[in-house]
Amino acid sequence: MWQNLLDWIEYRIPMMRVAKMHAIEYPAPKNMNFWYVFGFLATIVLVNQIVTGIWLTMSFEPSAERAFASVEYIMREVEYGYILRYMHSTGASAFFIVVYLHMFRGMIYGSYQKPRELIWLFGMFIYLALMAEAFMGYVLPWGQMSYWGAQVIVSLFGAIPVIGEDLVIWIQGDYVISGATLNRFFALHVIALPLVLVILVFLHIVALHEVGSNNPDGVEVKRKKGSLKEEEKTKFKMHEYYTNKYDIVDDVVPFFPHIVLKDLVAFAVFLLGFCYILFFKPEMGGYFLEAPNFEIANPLKTPEHIFPVWYFTPFYAILKAIPDKLFGVIAMFLAIIMLALLPWVDRGKVRSWRYRCGLHKVNLLVFAAVFVFLGYLGGTPQAGWKVLASQIATIMYFAFFVLLWMYSKNENTKPLPERITK
Amino acid sequence: MKRLVVLLGLLLPSLAMAAGGSNVHLDHAAIDRTDKASLQRGAALYMNYCMGCHQTQYQRYQRTFEDLGIPLELGQENLQFSGEKVGEYMRNAMPTASAAKWFGAAPPDLTLVARVRGADWIYTYLRSFYVDDSRPFGVNNKVFPEVGMPHVLQELQGVPRETHEERMIDGEMQQVYAGIQSDGSGMLSPEEYDQAVLDLVNYLVYLGEPSRLEAESIGRWAIIFVLVLFVFVYLLKKEYWRDVH
Repeated sequence: MWQNLLDWIEYRIPMMRVAKMHAIEYPAPKNMNFWYVFGFLATIVLVNQIVTGIWLTMSFEPSAERAFASVEYIMREVEYGYILRYMHSTGASAFFIVVYLHMFRGMIYGSYQKPRELIWLFGMFIYLALMAEAFMGYVLPWGQMSYWGAQVIVSLFGAIPVIGEDLVIWIQGDYVISGATLNRFFALHVIALPLVLVILVFLHIVALHEVGSNNPDGVEVKRKKGSLKEEEKTKFKMHEYYTNKYDIVDDVVPFFPHIVLKDLVAFAVFLLGFCYILFFKPEMGGYFLEAPNFEIANPLKTPEHIFPVWYFTPFYAILKAIPDKLFGVIAMFLAIIMLALLPWVDRGKVRSWRYRCGLHKVNLLVFAAVFVFLGYLGGTPQAGWKVLASQIATIMYFAFFVLLWMYSKNENTKPLPERITK
Repeated sequence: MKRLVVLLGLLLPSLAMAAGGSNVHLDHAAIDRTDKASLQRGAALYMNYCMGCHQTQYQRYQRTFEDLGIPLELGQENLQFSGEKVGEYMRNAMPTASAAKWFGAAPPDLTLVARVRGADWIYTYLRSFYVDDSRPFGVNNKVFPEVGMPHVLQELQGVPRETHEERMIDGEMQQVYAGIQSDGSGMLSPEEYDQAVLDLVNYLVYLGEPSRLEAESIGRWAIIFVLVLFVFVYLLKKEYWRDVH
């Protein structure tokens, strides 16, 4: 009976074939460590954002008159509305935490290198879409920071020569940030960008499954057909889509259940932190929800300091580090573009930092520290030493790519192991 | 490269110097969100002294009375002065445009003031009015200089004046600001006044996030659930990975 139903479905749509190909019989390197859980976590957070977002939309009113009040309506009068709202606001920050860690994983293990350039590029597009999504979402509650943050970010487009000022008006749909802006940001936030995100995530995973996951050793687990002895091949049954093309080393496990269970352990740990913030510290000391945003948007009253939310502050610091607005904007976008170009900036053949030169390790760690430091600078008033510090940090940010390009050509690498290590 | 690392090492300690903000020292408001008596006293103070000018338009009377354990009829009789139904939002009748003219700025809605300013700020602010004849209402404020608001709680506190004391600074005797003191004409002693303000702050903190206590009690169960989930998922993972080496 059950089998008949499955057969009936399978005859019409490849349900089991896809499940086997991409989960049950999908070969994943067995040495994937904790750095490899953040993709899974990002997917979970995306689902969380979409589901809570749908419910928030049921009570949110996208107009300058009602937006702020309707958020408070959700917080006070919708049954468990405050949980939905905090899940969404905490989820936004959680998204960036896991995405930043996910990206750093890709950097330390060289996951962007050939043949995974497209995975990296799709990932960068996801990151861009995510930033747009987060920015527009932050405008919706129509608090002081929503309004003035939008003012600052949208006015950046005004720095573009010739078309800048008209472009700003076109984006705003008005001469100032207004209800018209709020409404269009709402449309983009709840329909356009989530659609783009979901499609990009789909492509990201399709591209990943085509070439297979990298691992902390950066050694391929798929070998040329006929190059392995029978006892060297994996004992797990893997899908013929992979085994017909390659010999698969005995260093893999099926994605389901092995990797999924590992991810679920990480998910439980993640949930622990997530629930703690959600239920006990939803403002996260002003980092996840900024205090001025509990005051309704007032176009006549500029807040004392305007800061973007923490996940934008590294780029904001780069923007502010450069005195000229246009060059600041260019530098800010260049900072993101350089990341996207990483597969071509890095000319090395060895992927993992485990087998690359000492300078590479230092370079990566300094880059991470500089990124965090820029984040700190971008979130505090630019005064005194901080102006110089952010200029130095900006130079150091770009120096990472220049150095990488230089030393990766003839790098002094360690010998790669034949098989992946434990 | 090494120079860059050293430079970074030099810069990092400055991370500790977080942004300072206002230079006025804020007193700690030791509120207890579970103290219903304090919340009720705070609500009574709010309705009597603040509500005339400051709305709390995002919350309904009924929700407030229920959360604070005030029977609806009792609340309607003693805390609701405008004759609306108990299910209405807590609004007042002061026209915003006129109010802006009278006070220089319209009195803000206070539903979320505790989340914007923080409990300590309000606690200190309400205890920092002092006589200043140069101001339209005869008072100024240490925390919020040139504020448009009169000292509404003056009948409770009495007339507050700045005090100074002589202190030896760099070998010279100088007059130093030494806090604010009431002339004792108020209905409350200084300790009672501090307690009254604390109750009021407690109420405002409640008003900023009325679901706080419920969130925390649900949160405790959620975390217990996640811990149990973790144990089972971890054991299951271990079981499946036992043979993989």
